[in-house]
This record gives sequence, C-alpha cells and structure tokens, in this order.
Amino acid sequence: MKVTMKYFASIREAIGLASEQRQTEVTTLGALRDELIALGGAYADSLARGKAVRLALNQVMCQESAVLVEGAEVAFFPPVTGG
Amino acid sequence: MKARNSPRVSIQTADFDLSAEVVALRAKDPRVGAVCSFIGTVRDRTPGEHGSIASMELEHYPGMTEKSIEAMIDAALQRFNIFGARVIHRVGMLAPLDQIVLVVVTSAHRAESFQACEFLMDYLKTQAPFWKKEQTPAGARWVDARVSDDAALAKWGIALENTSLNAHD
Repeated sequence: MKVTMKYFASIREAIGLASEQRQTEVTTLGALRDELIALGGAYADSLARGKAVRLALNQVMCQESAVLVEGAEVAFFPPVTGG
Repeated sequence: MKARNSPRVSIQTADFDLSAEVVALRAKDPRVGAVCSFIGTVRDRTPGEHGSIASMELEHYPGMTEKSIEAMIDAALQRFNIFGARVIHRVGMLAPLDQIVLVVVTSAHRAESFQACEFLMDYLKTQAPFWKKEQTPAGARWVDARVSDDAALAKWGIALENTSLNAHD
C-alpha cells in the first residue's frame, strides 16, 4: 500500500526531507520504522531503536502496533518541546 | 456550551494581546466569576546557564497541532467545571522576551480556572507537536524534552510519556 511519511524537527533535518511517499508491504507503524531504518544512512541514525521517536498515524499519536491503512499519513518526530 | 465567534485554538506567527483575548473569552457572560491566564515567554538562557540564546525557532505539525490542542480543551471541559478556554501558540522565529504561548480559562470560581489552566499547559508541553530550536553563539540546537514535564502531566492521572523510548497512544 501507499503511505505518506512526514518528518519533523531533528529527524526532518537529518533525513533532509519533510515528506515523502512510499509503497510498502508492512502493516504496522513499528514495521514501517524498521523498514526505514533498514535503508541505512540518516534513516538508520535518526530513527534508530534506542532513540525516543514519536509516531503519529493520520495526525493522532500512536503506538508502534498501530495498523497502517491505504493512503495513511505517518509522522516521525522527536519528543515535543512546545509551550 | 455557548457558541463563540473566535476560535478556541490559534497557531500563528503574530503576537497576541492578553487583554483582547480575555474580553473575547468572557464574552460578556455574567456567569463568569474567574478568569485565569498563563503566558509562556522566551528566556535568553537555559536555567543554570548564562544568557546566550539569541533566538528561538518554533516548528509545528500543521493540522495535527491544532487538532491535538482542540482535544486537550475538550478534555479540560469534561474534567473541570469551566465555561471556556482559549489557546494561542506562536510559531516561526522568536526572540528573548517574546510571548510564545497563551492559555486563558473562564469559570464560575477560581479553583477550576487555575486547575484547568495548569492542566492545559501540562498537556500541551508533552503532547502537542511543537519543537523548539535555539540559536546560540555555539550554533543551533534542538531543545531536549524534559522528564519533569511528563511528571507534571502524570499528576493529573495521564500516563503519556513524551520522553519515553516506547511510543504510546
């Protein structure tokens, strides 16, 4: 299925993209994260296990077990620091 | 709840005016007996360090940021006996002394407004998608999230950890 990934803050800067689309066979957000880590380079560094990465599915904070849907918007970002 | 013309949540580059927001939120409603507000401002230093922050850039997630704060206001309205709430958060490039965030709450009595105002800020600090980047003489750095902010939200019985390695709902 086709999903849109969005990256913010330090993760956006590391990967060098704010948004990109991807065709994937995986079914959960956690598996999508692993698939991106497997690309190596900045993906592996910025999304590495052991780093606090927060996930959102269609603009709602989610666990890695959340299930992808066709056309999903998945966001990866560091812990938030507003206020 | 009474319909209001002004929105409950604004994400904007422009500054805001506390007095105007209080007038709008009170809306000449004679049931209101308490108005509590909080304003967060840009410091020129991290506590314990000398002033060195020249500017601060605020990034957000357009769409999700607004939705998440709307949900926080819904939670506050359910949890506390308040009449209304207004949240304004600035984004873009800010400088020390600038206002960053405004929360205003109205209620019949003060306790509810005080509590709801603190609740909204505790929630926003750890669950609204904003990120701060400081410009210092040593270069730019992304601000680290604080575990103490997670503890502040936990005291309301909400166990959502911003700084945890494991993502959550």
